[in-house]
Amino acid sequence: MTATAVTAPVSQVLRGPATIADLLSGRPMDEAAKLLQAEQDGRTIVYVGLGTCGLASGGMDIWNKLEELNRSGRIAVTLKKTGCIGYCQHEVMVDVKKPGRPRVSFGSVTLPRLEKIVSSYLEKDELPRDLVLGISESYPSGPDFEIPGDWAGVPRFKDLPYFKKQLRIVLGNCGTLDPDSLDEYLARGGYRALAKALRMPRKQVVAEVTASGLRGRGGGGFPTGKKWEFAFSQDNPQKYIVMNADEGDPGAFMDRSVLEGDPHRIIEGMAIGGYAIGATRGYIYVRAEYPLAIEKLNRAIAHCREVGLLGKDILGSGVEFDLTLKMGAGAFVCGEETALIASIEGKRGMPKPRPPFPAVSGLFGKPTVINNVETFANVPDILWRGASWFAGIGTGRSKGTKVFALTGKVKLSGLIEVPMGITLREIIFDVGGGILNDGTFKAAQIGGPSGGCLPTSLLETAIDYDSLISAGAMMGSGGLVVMDDKTCMVDVARFFINFTRSESCGKCIPCREGIARLQEMLDKIVQAPESEKGNMTLERFKAVIDLRHTCETIRDTAACGLGQTAPNPILSTLRYFKDEYEAHIYDRHCPAGKCKSLLTFRVQPEACKGCGLCKKKCPNGAIVGELKHSHYIVKDKCVRCGVCQEVCPFKAITVS
Amino acid sequence: MNHPCACQTTLPSTPPPAELAAILERFPSQKREYLIPILQVTQEKFKFLSRDAMIHIAQHVGVPVSKVYGVATFYNQFKLNPPGKHTIQVCRGTACHVRGSDQLLRSFESELGVAPGQTTKDGLFTLDIVACLGSCSIAPVVTVDGTFHGRLENKDAGKLVAEIRKGEGQ
Repeated sequence: MTATAVTAPVSQVLRGPATIADLLSGRPMDEAAKLLQAEQDGRTIVYVGLGTCGLASGGMDIWNKLEELNRSGRIAVTLKKTGCIGYCQHEVMVDVKKPGRPRVSFGSVTLPRLEKIVSSYLEKDELPRDLVLGISESYPSGPDFEIPGDWAGVPRFKDLPYFKKQLRIVLGNCGTLDPDSLDEYLARGGYRALAKALRMPRKQVVAEVTASGLRGRGGGGFPTGKKWEFAFSQDNPQKYIVMNADEGDPGAFMDRSVLEGDPHRIIEGMAIGGYAIGATRGYIYVRAEYPLAIEKLNRAIAHCREVGLLGKDILGSGVEFDLTLKMGAGAFVCGEETALIASIEGKRGMPKPRPPFPAVSGLFGKPTVINNVETFANVPDILWRGASWFAGIGTGRSKGTKVFALTGKVKLSGLIEVPMGITLREIIFDVGGGILNDGTFKAAQIGGPSGGCLPTSLLETAIDYDSLISAGAMMGSGGLVVMDDKTCMVDVARFFINFTRSESCGKCIPCREGIARLQEMLDKIVQAPESEKGNMTLERFKAVIDLRHTCETIRDTAACGLGQTAPNPILSTLRYFKDEYEAHIYDRHCPAGKCKSLLTFRVQPEACKGCGLCKKKCPNGAIVGELKHSHYIVKDKCVRCGVCQEVCPFKAITVS
Repeated sequence: MNHPCACQTTLPSTPPPAELAAILERFPSQKREYLIPILQVTQEKFKFLSRDAMIHIAQHVGVPVSKVYGVATFYNQFKLNPPGKHTIQVCRGTACHVRGSDQLLRSFESELGVAPGQTTKDGLFTLDIVACLGSCSIAPVVTVDGTFHGRLENKDAGKLVAEIRKGEGQ
């Protein structure tokens, strides 16, 4: 949405209802591209990254300041909002496209830095090189734009280490496209794939997806084409297609970025899926915690209805397809297909035993296909560029790319998309730039609460569904959290068990009771020994005797995916980091120094100046001492909160 | 009135208050499919789901109150008690955990004297935890009334709370 336009039509190139022939002719794409080009030739355009991470880093302040500068007449630019390009470490990102110049990206923009960009680049055409991240691809001039002579040495985005090994299909438009503009999506060939699909028999669309080898990106990796086939072969006048955008995995935000940055891609993918299986209605089940994604989707859906891309007669083909947005109310288990269905139906989100599979009897008892956001986002390109193109990317049984939210103790955290088969080492050290503060790599947690931790020895593991499963992790939805030597693996396992325990729906006993027992065991071994009397010691040693057995029982007997995979964080850490469990149990020692209860806090008498600050701040009155005299910590009273160490101005408190 | 079961006596004879009636009107009645959206809109309006509101909603949707209560307690989004004036949400995603959000949460707990999900006695603060805010690159993250604060250290908890208290004239 431009700052000047108030009530612009939904699309300047689609006059009246869109048709298949028109879209396939390429006319809307060319015209939209020409419009964009004309816009860029005439005026400077400033793009502000206003995805959630951009907003969180203060993007709105930058946006408001730019608007204010525009109003005051100091600058005269067109302002555009974009989604997230995935280079989260450098938010807020501001891109500037001047006529005759390539689009250039500035990173970590704050108000003072913005002032510098305005005064030197916008007003004087001098590039403040220290703020430049690189030259980003600008549409429609294409990727092979010329770099002007006086800009020698400014890198192209695609040559930056962070982007070099990425292959962006799903995220292709994220961060460079205005998600509110249908024309911008059309300029990139949007909705051609839907037009092409509508000319094909339904069965052939399903066959194309099957042939591409696309597998579900939500976690399990079930072949998408097969799922569609099941639903397609059901003889039922009413079928549904559902998009699972209930991204509940802590540490993952891939889906959100696609929803916010490129909503039309998902609508197109769903419409193709709906046509393929014969569904007239689609549901988008999206987390209520993603208000921005909901806003973008609502707007995109409204635009599509207006030009006949959704509705009773899409693209004049006689095919009906429309979308309804449903907001999830915050329950991790609703990522499970049958629980998600229950939630849409207005019930508690509890899984049901399968069969019957949703493809046979799903939402309201009708055949239903449920796919993840990223899965649908792949569909338009598969249809347009062909199954063999897609099948040419990746490894034997894992095709295409995968989006990961790369976070944790890594230098460059953000959203990345890499071809299947890339190694963990390449992701962490080449794309991610290595470990934060030049620390030592310890493990990578992949797959969230259902996944596992992979140690250094598995850094060469190729990322695909099957090798991750055999390594004890799983693809999951795409959370990839890097851990260094200051991370305690028992603590990580405990963190995930805590999470799955509170998110267990409580329907089946192995999950409800078993995970609670696991948590008790883990809690015991990270706690300070209160006494050696009674059963304390025995309780701690339960972890030695029972932990693995309980995990295996839950894995084998729980009713749904959440329960079956819940023990994975423990099983994988037991497999690769057994020594850490042993150190906690036998030596009462946390090698990473993370489990506070196992630590001993001491005042170093020679360093203590007796200021009394720690005594004042100690929540349990465990510190004694006179002013100006060295203090002392009473071990039995100390709750190991670490406050004293934080507040001590003389660094006199040590931990062992 | 000495009923062992209270369900007969709690059915309101009065129609729902105008604001709630306006919400209910927007949704077709007797359709369970709309239960969660109704609860969401109601909570958005009233900030929490009161007992009376749930009874009215149950009548509108055509299910027993127990079912409405069941749904309201199942999902994390729904609150059955009025929240404080300011809501502090501490992100407990994996990335935030690895960068120390557990300690940060504890700092907020001791600063406010409440556990997650609770509201301070003066009604000023509600402390909440959230699974993931998706701003992992600036972990650990906390939102105060929807405004993000990233890359926090333990001592920042006290500062943030003090700032709000100051704003409230305390």
